[in-house]
Amino acid sequence: MNPDALARRRTAAAARVREIVTPEGIPIRFELAGAGDRAGAFLLDMLFQILAIAALLLCLTMATGLRDGSFLTPIVILVAFLVLNFYFAFFEIRGQGATPGKRRLGIRVIDARGGQLENGAVLARNLVRELEVWMPLRFLLGGKVVGAGAPGWALLLAGAWTFVFLLMPLFNKDRLRIGDLIAGTRVVMQPKVLLAPDLVDERAEQAAARAGQGGYEFTEQQLGFYGIYELQVLEGLLRQNAGTTGYLQAIAAVTEKIQHKIGYEGPIADSERFLRDFYAAQRAHLEQRMLFGQRREDKHAR
Amino acid sequence: MTSVPQRAMRSVEFRREREATWRELEHVIAEADRGGLRGLSAEQLARLPHLYRATLSSLSVARSVSLDRALTEYLENLVGRAYFVVYGTRQAMRHQLADFFAWKLPSTVRRARWHLLVAVVVTLAGAIAAFQLTSGDMDYYYAFAGDMAQGRTPASSTAELRAGLYDGGGGSAFLTTFAAELFSHNARIGILAFALGFVAGLPTLLLLFYNGLVLGAFAALYHARGLGVDVWGWLLPHGVTELLAVLLCGAAGFLLAHGLVFPGAQPRIDSLRERGREAATIVVCAVLMLFAAGLIEGIFRQVVTSIAVRYAVATLTAAWWIYYFGFVGRRRDALERELRREAGEGVP
Repeated sequence: MNPDALARRRTAAAARVREIVTPEGIPIRFELAGAGDRAGAFLLDMLFQILAIAALLLCLTMATGLRDGSFLTPIVILVAFLVLNFYFAFFEIRGQGATPGKRRLGIRVIDARGGQLENGAVLARNLVRELEVWMPLRFLLGGKVVGAGAPGWALLLAGAWTFVFLLMPLFNKDRLRIGDLIAGTRVVMQPKVLLAPDLVDERAEQAAARAGQGGYEFTEQQLGFYGIYELQVLEGLLRQNAGTTGYLQAIAAVTEKIQHKIGYEGPIADSERFLRDFYAAQRAHLEQRMLFGQRREDKHAR
Repeated sequence: MTSVPQRAMRSVEFRREREATWRELEHVIAEADRGGLRGLSAEQLARLPHLYRATLSSLSVARSVSLDRALTEYLENLVGRAYFVVYGTRQAMRHQLADFFAWKLPSTVRRARWHLLVAVVVTLAGAIAAFQLTSGDMDYYYAFAGDMAQGRTPASSTAELRAGLYDGGGGSAFLTTFAAELFSHNARIGILAFALGFVAGLPTLLLLFYNGLVLGAFAALYHARGLGVDVWGWLLPHGVTELLAVLLCGAAGFLLAHGLVFPGAQPRIDSLRERGREAATIVVCAVLMLFAAGLIEGIFRQVVTSIAVRYAVATLTAAWWIYYFGFVGRRRDALERELRREAGEGVP
């Protein structure tokens, strides 16, 4: 990969990261949620709402034994109103910024400045859905935004107008909904990340188990080719599911490439072990340099 | 030719030393996610700030000594989640609600008094215009109140109109259904009036003006038949609350528009964010008021047909809202102002 493409990829990733500086003065990073995740969470939540209302209807009709249930209609209307308008606000206030749908997709709402998520903000961002979601939807279903018998061009204009709000996230770099804009909130990714074992530590244990057999060793010069980016790509590879044919093929290919690049001479009996040893050596080397203030981002950097 | 030193790497050592703390924090956070802070034991609660700070400092160190991506990503994530548990947790729901109704809400409405005034003026303008026009020529009634007439038109006889005011018509099941529908319809319009504030408030202006037109035309019809006192007696018991709620929604829309169009010295985004939150608070209040109005309309009005009682109820509700929005929480207002002055932020 050439230096420009690499840099571009890195800025693209960085463009979605927002920092919040904690009161302790340490910045923590949050990645903005993508449009797909947000839409998915929204659809899930809508599904839950519909299911809840349907379940209520079912229970009520069962309870009254299918007799004349006209006194139930107002209850259903009220509950439907409450569910459709306050579902999001309720769960975002109770569930620390995540509705059930958001929770499933690992995203949540935060205050853009990192303060606590105020109730007012949650209400503001969700009440605006009336404008963003329900108005276009009603327009699609009934077309009653403009009066009946309006000419076609008026309908078209009204349609365009209603959809501007819905499509707003596509027009700004933070992917803000109007609701987020008004409330000063952001939706960020926050899946639960589990702590994977340290590859170097693991290797040390394996080495101990194989006591006696020396590992592969590398010279200072051989470790001078790659930077942090390449190291972490290698880490990604080594953390993949071992044992699959794809994994074995990738291991073989990468081994060959590295061996060629650094000019490693000597037999390689076990490609995976070679890579693990190389990873450990390379990381030790780069971390050592980092301690001296030389952070080498990738193989193009000096 | 130097080979890699056999002693453990700094980053590996670092992780071995601190991992137990992270795991403990992870465990506490998971419990807090499940059951809130109240789900934590006293000991966990006491250890949480310490665990959080230790992990935060670990993150800071990890960024400078470790190139293990899995590790830094894990720490970023853990600290992010912990941050919101430590700094994002609020009072119990009960206290929040008390705080909301006893201070936040009336105080927010008081701060929006000029926006409320605009809403009142626009609605009144619509009402007066429609009243004048309709009184002059009853045909205007159809233009202004056509959708909302529900069979009460200039074509109805005076007796029919009078009967409409004192008898809800239909069974009580029908009535409550009607009240529920009316409530959800009104509330939706109210929320929309707020949201349309985002388009500089012009549609909000139109909505309010139109609402005034309907009201004016309606009043004109009954006044023309000499039912003026009766129609207000029919309208005001719930109308005081309902109209005020609609006006508040309009005021919320204007507040939002204000934040967007006239940010003043603040950056636009901050101004919008501040006013947006206030506006949303007002809208929630308005929805509750509409619900109360629906109850009065659906139940009380059908039962009570005495004009005196109807007017008494209207006066009482009006007095209550004036008291609530005018006076509740004033002491706390003064206190907050004092605090802000001490903090040196200046008073808006």
